[in-house]
Amino acid sequence: MRVIAARTVRDAVERLVLEANTRLRPDVRAALQTAAAREKKKIGRAMLHAVAENARVAARERLAICQDTGLPVVFAEIGHRVAVAEPLVELIKRAAAAAYRRYFFRASIQPDPLRREKKMSYFPGVVHIDIVRGERLRLWLLPKGFGCENKSQLRMFNPTAPLAEVENFIVESVRSAGASACPPFVVGVGIGGTQDCAALLAKKSLLRRLNVRNRDQWLAGLEERLLRRINALGVGPFGFGGSTTALGVAVLEQPTHIAGLPVAVNISCHALRSAQAII
Amino acid sequence: MAEYITITTPVSRTMLQPLACGQQVRLNGILYTARDQAHRRMAQLLAGKKKLPFSLENQIIYYCGPNPAPAGRAVGACGPTTSGRMDAFTPALLSAGMAAMVGKGERSAAVIAAIRRHRAVYFATYSGCGALLSQHVQAVRLVCFGDLGTEAVYAFAVRDFPLIVAVDARGGNIYEQAGQA
Repeated sequence: MRVIAARTVRDAVERLVLEANTRLRPDVRAALQTAAAREKKKIGRAMLHAVAENARVAARERLAICQDTGLPVVFAEIGHRVAVAEPLVELIKRAAAAAYRRYFFRASIQPDPLRREKKMSYFPGVVHIDIVRGERLRLWLLPKGFGCENKSQLRMFNPTAPLAEVENFIVESVRSAGASACPPFVVGVGIGGTQDCAALLAKKSLLRRLNVRNRDQWLAGLEERLLRRINALGVGPFGFGGSTTALGVAVLEQPTHIAGLPVAVNISCHALRSAQAII
Repeated sequence: MAEYITITTPVSRTMLQPLACGQQVRLNGILYTARDQAHRRMAQLLAGKKKLPFSLENQIIYYCGPNPAPAGRAVGACGPTTSGRMDAFTPALLSAGMAAMVGKGERSAAVIAAIRRHRAVYFATYSGCGALLSQHVQAVRLVCFGDLGTEAVYAFAVRDFPLIVAVDARGGNIYEQAGQA
């Protein structure tokens, strides 16, 4: 059994908090550049240039890409031959909170969602754990802003629903997300499992690099078709109109029940931030 | 024609009238930040016929909850938050003299009607570009509701702060036109 010191995990989380919040993912930057070259509307092109300039300023000045530094969502994959010296979920949440404070990122967590009388906090984020084969610990940190998270949707379809109905739901989810969710988007789609699984898959699909095709050819075709339809909506960068409404669509699926077809759509704004560490 | 028009606060109605939706603007002067909780408090004060802690007359409210300032800076990342969440409170603030708002995203029909009635303007700024926008903020002063932290009202002294006219004084709406590509 390999034992990982709490300190090692803490340091990795701190690094991920800084990297994810201040350095826009290279695949997102490349996709923005391609989009700016293709965008049909002048105002759309101008806005895409502003997004690119923002990423440069954030990296250079070590500033948050967006003031909504989000709820830090961490996906952890822990090998079956690994032990961590402290309870892992608590350790990650505390480390993320400390790093957010240290780097002057905003405290955006309301401890009491309904009564909302407590002070904003840095603690706690959200941690999802998966146990896999091996002796490594992999961490992904995805700071999720709520302008776009608020526009996420989930629907439980009949298993006999025509594919077109599912596709229409996904495209309409993007249309209704509109300008306030900060287009151009990356659209994460989770299909199958139970209700909760679909939502988690949709979020997790945002970790896939935009230049990586779905390994399933049929799903890759679905993603391309959805992206074309979404970009034909005309929402455009910041919702001012144009041919760039999304930079990518990523679908993840898992087996489900014979009686159901859960479909979740998680919208990410153009500031899709994530970083990963392997320990 | 210049690519953008420059305006300076306080903004008179006369200055706002020629602006048409889609135009790019650069702002100099003061932006007052206020988001969800500050709006709720201001609306409560106005409903109780009480005075606001600062005058809204000819001023601009910016829907923003800034990041804390790292050493040597005026402010951290400070982009716009979703304007629609402020819709319920906006007509009351327009009645109290507010001339314009800055945020991101669509407004309700009631807000657009109130904008026309008060000959006000709703500006959008660069969504999700908090780092870039912070470069246009030269100084920050706490105005009121300090207990709200990032949701307090701050006065931002801004220079060449980039804006886009989203809803003009006649009700012209950039978001309505966007879908009709």
